[in-house]
Amino acid sequence: MNNRSIGLALTGVILAGGVSAGVWAEYETLVEMGYPAPKEGELVHVPPTMEDLEEADLHPELKQVIRRGYDLFTNTQQLRGVNVFNDMNCSSCHLGEGRQPFSGPVWPAAVTLPDFRGKNQHVNNLEERIAGCFAYSMNGTPPIYGSDDMVALSAYHQWLATGVPMYPGQPIYGRGFPRLDEPEQAPDYARGEQIYQEQCAVCHSEDGSGLYQAGEYVFPAPWGDGSNNWGAGISRTFTMAGFVKHNMPLGQPMSLSDQEAWDVALYITSQERPQDPRYTGDVRETRERFADTFHKHTQYGTEREHDGALLGNHGNTGEKGEIRPWNVGMPRFEYLED
Amino acid sequence: MTTVNSAVRLGLMLGLMAGPAVAQEGDPQRGETAAAVCVACHQANGSGKHIDGAESWPRLAGQNAGYIAKQLQDFKAGRRQNATMQPFANMLDDQQIADVAAYYSQLPVTEAEGGGEADEALLARGEQLALRGDWNAYIVSCKSCHGPGNEGAGSTFPGIASQHAGYIEAQLHAWQANERGNDPQNLMGAIAKRMSDEDIRAVAAWLASQKVTAQ
Repeated sequence: MNNRSIGLALTGVILAGGVSAGVWAEYETLVEMGYPAPKEGELVHVPPTMEDLEEADLHPELKQVIRRGYDLFTNTQQLRGVNVFNDMNCSSCHLGEGRQPFSGPVWPAAVTLPDFRGKNQHVNNLEERIAGCFAYSMNGTPPIYGSDDMVALSAYHQWLATGVPMYPGQPIYGRGFPRLDEPEQAPDYARGEQIYQEQCAVCHSEDGSGLYQAGEYVFPAPWGDGSNNWGAGISRTFTMAGFVKHNMPLGQPMSLSDQEAWDVALYITSQERPQDPRYTGDVRETRERFADTFHKHTQYGTEREHDGALLGNHGNTGEKGEIRPWNVGMPRFEYLED
Repeated sequence: MTTVNSAVRLGLMLGLMAGPAVAQEGDPQRGETAAAVCVACHQANGSGKHIDGAESWPRLAGQNAGYIAKQLQDFKAGRRQNATMQPFANMLDDQQIADVAAYYSQLPVTEAEGGGEADEALLARGEQLALRGDWNAYIVSCKSCHGPGNEGAGSTFPGIASQHAGYIEAQLHAWQANERGNDPQNLMGAIAKRMSDEDIRAVAAWLASQKVTAQ
């Protein structure tokens, strides 16, 4: 295996930012495309590719399990009707197979967890973090902890982090969907709609339903029953803005201005989607209960300015019907209260 | 594309086509007559032709009708430039364009040429680009827009599996050189410009070696 992490920084030419030249060469394209270069002290890691896996000195059965994890990650639709009840794959939001900087690369979870998570107010490990994606972003219910599918997905995440020390204790280059600066003008629904129709609809369709071909998903649905539910991280306007700016249109990241990204993000996050699995039966109450940890960043439980629609005021859970994700609201470590 | 019947394809065309190429319902029978001017290059079965080292003519058989119609409209309007194609496109009125497009779309996909002599390493690189992309170079996979099996998606993204290698190579080079730019929002151009000559050869050879089977 080609270890291209510079977490240890023992070898290689060190550039001004503390990045080894060998690692950096693989990311030069990003800077040419307008992404920021690494800052002083940031950890830069180039995860292995599936081509590298074939060459890697790992047990053949581990390779099989990692391949299974990759397959689940890039074709999560194979769990449709069991764990997934919308039209998404993990790789719909985590572009580049979960490896790509500025696109929510997934390997940092493998080296920074277990850690406290604000969203559910307790310490989560990697499996619980993945389970959260199933409950919200996939509008489904997770594979059980320790199951084959969960181990395969975890193994894929962890293998992508090959060579990075646990709890690296330094900021990670390209982590998450970096938050944009506050826009000069308040995000505007009408401007966002125009940008969406001009720049997004060719792939994601005018009504946000995405595009299917021969029964297979091609472009994911940014809203509606085929999309993530109201509890997913990307239903927060700032997260959607960060995603759009750094990843869309496909192949042309960094092409929208920050203002345009905020505007189109507001438009998308002001459309209906399946109910938040934490719904109490009252949308305003649910918003209030999870406002500090989440919903202060969403349009859920608010009235849309142009038509007064109260967003999320419905019992529609999409395709999953009465199924409740088993991991939502599960308390952990309460006996440790001091 | 043979997995979607022509009625659905026309529906997509009517639903999705925008801009000056006003969607009109095409009639395959009339289209067969109007296509008489096309067969010298694109052949009676719509297979087109791969010619090593010279201009190759694309397969039209089984291609999405909306896509074909848009290309013809673009040739007429000068949005897509090709010295050979333009006079032929100019012979067709809007109805004939819709008819010809409907005709070719319902023909079975033919096999492509130009991929047969590629070595294993080149085909492996081609497969990688077509199915997974090369994100270190920010080359997204062909499949992410051209759909399952690279057989096309809607009327915007044409089927490219089982297309002649010579044609695919020529188009990608045309995008690199800003000689083709009639894709929506430069979606193809942005990616083509990140591809090396080797990448282009690889992906063209691999796509040409794919068979699209009717269901």
